[in-house]
Amino acid sequence: MDNLAWIFISALLVNNFVLTYFLGLCPFLGVSNSLETSARLGLATTFVMLVTALCAWVLNTYVLIYAPYLRLICFIVVIASTVQFIEMLIKKLSPALFRAMGIFLPLITTNCAILGLAIFATNRGYGFWEGIVYALGAGIGFTLALVLLAGLREESELSNIPRLMKGTAMNLIIAGILSMAFMGFAGLFSSA
Amino acid sequence: MKQNDSYEEFIKGIWRDNPVFVQVLGMCPMLAVTNSAVNAIAMGLATFFVLVGSSFLVSSFRNWIPKQVRISCFIIIIATFVTVADYTLLALVPKVHKELGAFIPLIVANCMILGRQEAFSSRYPVRLAVMDAIGMAGGFLLALFSLGAIREILGDGALFGIDLFGENFEPWIIMILPPGGFLTLGVILLFFNWFRFKKDEFLADVAAAERGGN
Repeated sequence: MDNLAWIFISALLVNNFVLTYFLGLCPFLGVSNSLETSARLGLATTFVMLVTALCAWVLNTYVLIYAPYLRLICFIVVIASTVQFIEMLIKKLSPALFRAMGIFLPLITTNCAILGLAIFATNRGYGFWEGIVYALGAGIGFTLALVLLAGLREESELSNIPRLMKGTAMNLIIAGILSMAFMGFAGLFSSA
Repeated sequence: MKQNDSYEEFIKGIWRDNPVFVQVLGMCPMLAVTNSAVNAIAMGLATFFVLVGSSFLVSSFRNWIPKQVRISCFIIIIATFVTVADYTLLALVPKVHKELGAFIPLIVANCMILGRQEAFSSRYPVRLAVMDAIGMAGGFLLALFSLGAIREILGDGALFGIDLFGENFEPWIIMILPPGGFLTLGVILLFFNWFRFKKDEFLADVAAAERGGN
């Protein structure tokens, strides 16, 4: 149990996917201009992560022990089909959200955070529950980083900043400062 | 003429449409592996190989790939090249492979590569597609290297592991840690913005002067 909590906190804060591993930066910088959209994108990503973790575990246990060189191709196909499924689901359930997400929904496929999750979980030899908890932590961590940046960006749009700084440059510097703040969480596991 | 448009496709990736500095694509490997110049170059070369190879294949097969499943086809072609690159690096330079770790397989998810297939290779003949890929990958390599070099020089006081400043230099540890990546890229983009504004102002001045002259 301790182990699971450790994995969760570690994926959520200490090794936050976005701010420490630099995974999933494209949506992080692209969609985070409104709080609402980024929260929903975060949730969709978390869901894809959970499904991916599940499938990665099944593939690793039953298929890939016979053919490890197919790992990458298998993972990416699983992720692509999950994303396709979610895209259809969202289109059906909430067309407004579908429009708001636009191109970034199919781009979850190339969100490295998800593929990274599957690969990290495999490299560390996580079992079933460990994988699920890891995915949950990583997904919530991703959402957290996205929402934090979106909030800061909404503020910075209103403030009077130099014209030169506006846009991606500003966002990257905000992200750098956020990342510094998250480094503080490393102290949580000083004994580990 | 023919020579010219290949050259045009090549040069635009290096500077005017640089995938990182102008289009802001492919950020994840960009920031994650650029804590030293050597890693940055290894990553850049791997990406180069994958992008050029998959552009060549996608462009050759562009008339046979059905529109509806094109993304999946591209992804599978890219994943194949990445697997090749992964195993090649493991065999040739195991040390670098270990340091890059999970980021080699993650080249698959580099949006720059998929973006080029979708926007360019699937529409243009092989020659142009390959030139475009070489230009884009070259621009990416350049960006990776400049970021890696800046971070290594400031964070370690060295370049390619060779000490530059002597022992009195206090390294900025922060530069090789994650926040340094964000900050360095932010500052580089700032420079690019400045450059663009200057150019716009210059063009506006020229236009104004011409109007005044007439």
